[in-house]
Amino acid sequence: MDYDKGIEVFPTTIWSAGAGCHGACGQKLYVKDGKLIKVEGDENASWNQGRSCPRVLALTQYVYHPDRLTTPLKRIGNRGEGKFEPISWDEAYNICETKLKKIRDEFGAESVVFAQGTGRDVGGPISFLCYNYGSPNWVQLGLSGQSCYTPRLGGMKATMGDFSVMDAGQFSAERFDDPEYEVPKVILVWGQNPPPTCSDGFFGHWVVDCMKRGSKIISIDPRNTWMSTRAEHHLQIRPGTDGALALGMLNIIINEKLYDKNFVDKWTYGFEKLKERVQEYPVDKVSKITWIPEKLIIAAARLYANSSPAAIHWGVPIDMCPEGTTVAQAITQLWSITGNIDIPGGNVIARPSHGVTTYPYSTEELVELYGQELVDKLNRLRIGCDTYPMVKGFRGWAQPDMAIDQIDSGKPYPIKAAWIQTANVLGGQAARAKFHYEALKKLDFVVVVDLFHNPTSMALADIVLPAATFAEKDSFRSWWVPLGVMHKVIEVGECKSDWEINIEMANRLNPNCKYKNVKELINDRLSVAGMTFDELVAQGSQAMPPKGHSSRPYRRHEKGLLRHDGKPGFTTETGRVELYSKAFESWGVDPLPFYREPAQSPVNSPELYAKYPLIMITGARSHMFFHSEHRMIPWLREKNPEPYVEVHPETAKTFGVYDGEWIHLENDMGKVKRKVRISLRVHPQMIHTLHGWWKPEMKGSEPDLFGVWDYQINQIVPGPQDSNSGFGGGQYKTTLCKLSKIRE
Amino acid sequence: MSKNGLLIHYDYCTGCQSCAVACQQEHDFPAGKCGIEVTEYVYEAIRKPVAIDFLPFPTELCDLCINRYQQGEKPACVKHCQAACMSFGSLTELVQQMEITPRSVLFSPR
Repeated sequence: MDYDKGIEVFPTTIWSAGAGCHGACGQKLYVKDGKLIKVEGDENASWNQGRSCPRVLALTQYVYHPDRLTTPLKRIGNRGEGKFEPISWDEAYNICETKLKKIRDEFGAESVVFAQGTGRDVGGPISFLCYNYGSPNWVQLGLSGQSCYTPRLGGMKATMGDFSVMDAGQFSAERFDDPEYEVPKVILVWGQNPPPTCSDGFFGHWVVDCMKRGSKIISIDPRNTWMSTRAEHHLQIRPGTDGALALGMLNIIINEKLYDKNFVDKWTYGFEKLKERVQEYPVDKVSKITWIPEKLIIAAARLYANSSPAAIHWGVPIDMCPEGTTVAQAITQLWSITGNIDIPGGNVIARPSHGVTTYPYSTEELVELYGQELVDKLNRLRIGCDTYPMVKGFRGWAQPDMAIDQIDSGKPYPIKAAWIQTANVLGGQAARAKFHYEALKKLDFVVVVDLFHNPTSMALADIVLPAATFAEKDSFRSWWVPLGVMHKVIEVGECKSDWEINIEMANRLNPNCKYKNVKELINDRLSVAGMTFDELVAQGSQAMPPKGHSSRPYRRHEKGLLRHDGKPGFTTETGRVELYSKAFESWGVDPLPFYREPAQSPVNSPELYAKYPLIMITGARSHMFFHSEHRMIPWLREKNPEPYVEVHPETAKTFGVYDGEWIHLENDMGKVKRKVRISLRVHPQMIHTLHGWWKPEMKGSEPDLFGVWDYQINQIVPGPQDSNSGFGGGQYKTTLCKLSKIRE
Repeated sequence: MSKNGLLIHYDYCTGCQSCAVACQQEHDFPAGKCGIEVTEYVYEAIRKPVAIDFLPFPTELCDLCINRYQQGEKPACVKHCQAACMSFGSLTELVQQMEITPRSVLFSPR
């Protein structure tokens, strides 16, 4: 790096394509002659305090990659042939407008689905386009059981009326130095190895920061990880049985009277009913279900309950348990009855910073943005709302497993088109990936908005629109804290931001569209914070909610800062934390938590287990990749060149496989290639493998599709979801399989 | 004045590889070339069945970011380390620091 003149430095917030994650890091972009030359962590950003992950440090290789999509494309050959020609934005918009209007006139707006992948800034623009077109079918297509955070959000909402996160001091710009802050004495890390992730608006290394300041760790993880090997107690759980463990811990804490009696008396509802329910889960029974020794369960429950403050930090495996929503409910009850709600170093209530909505998480936010009338109308038509009251009553998303079934069957009404935005459905989240491929090929019209060609764009797209990274766009973020903005400092080809594309398209599809351009929308949404986009840029791109604001802790239930009526209490029907959930009751879901065995398991499907004796865990995070992204970035790919499977040494011996051997993971659904990594990280009865694999260096056209059918692990993950509420139970961590030799 | 070096408190190294990519970006190294390489160790230990450690190893290509040093900045790896487990400074001072950070290694360059 030459330190010569003419370099301008722009601090910005990152969220979305580029680094790819869910975080709100402050990064400084170094620009010379209109070109990004370097990225450095911003020391002034309290989120990361100058630190950076490898993905954002590799941004120059991402932004200027020769394979970036840089103009709109129109398919000229057959679908899958990989023949596209560049067209202008105007021509691309014209084609989309004509096709989508015709479909709306003939079949109704509901016959178009608007699909997104993981929850980044795309959630705002895609719901905006979907609602302006008039479709109720905004969907995380392929994500079985919506098993990524939504079940946890549902469990929290149904219990507390709000959402909550572990307090690592992130709500104060002073962080650990804030005199009000206290480090958790114990952190119960449930189903995650935090360092490789920045999931759910949380910087993974904050847990490491707390450990340095004295926090003890209890790790609940079927694998041995960096975190579990540094834990006071490691509970090596059988995948999918977390619900039983949570109920067993509640049983111990309640029966041994280790809960916070004052908090329970004053602020909760339904304690006696919960007490009765947890009697069904004594520790010996729970130990048999979870494969965790009794004494460890007791020790963990006592350590957590006897420490104050104590926090729970959790991961996506909770959502992927059968009945994920009810598992989340039980864990929410753990931090509730121990009085750890909204206290320093506990689980604090998390609301969008300054009350700004970027990406509507709840029905209330949708109503605020789009009005009761439209939301009510769309709720009636949404895929899944007649089957699952939570789909109608909780979030504005169509049920993904039912969506793909309906795309395939055309019942109860036909689906004619899909707008797929920064979501590599086929190479990424789709359980039953081959079925998704066959069903989606039936559609009349498919638009793919992305940054690179991938298996989904190759197999399905009629029109491809090139999207921008966070360095190339104006956008905003309020996912808990901070309130942040991204601002455009460079340009690549003709790429546009998701907001820009969707506002321009929305104006063509809805003459009454509320906004004409991105700045207008952002400034309107920011108005509740009393700030403009330009002001936020000028102050370094981030702001924290002021003390006393309803989006800033602590003890807001005591101060009347949570409820609309200004009274103390929580935003539930009873004003208390509902251990017996009235919301679940109204949705026809069991108001109390319960345990259900995974669909595929040694207990539930012994014949299948005899044939496929390994529990396959997929989806642990990699430092190098975000889901199915980044495989084409040289600095990242070289550090994890091939999709591997972790196999315990004893298991390797049983199956006769050696370290480095290419093998198949196989079950009745098919087989997928993996390279063996013999490792003590895994339990002998389990294997673990990475998800989201395809190879950008392979041929893109059919039948290769960048090798997706060799490497896409979700081909052998079944569907639909394993839950009765429609939320949770994607079987990504509980599918049975075996190892088999590749015979040429 | 004592020579400068790197103290790596590897007990906290999470294996994130920020040091490696920061180094490659800073020096404009292509893939395959790097001033610091992270190795993973998974092994049976004395008091626990499994231990997992990572160790960043400064290679021959490490120049302690001399260009950054002249600008008054920390080496790229130290600056970006997500676990904040790397320190740059004089070897004399780092040795003292090492006494209170068990499970660390000191790197003295050529």
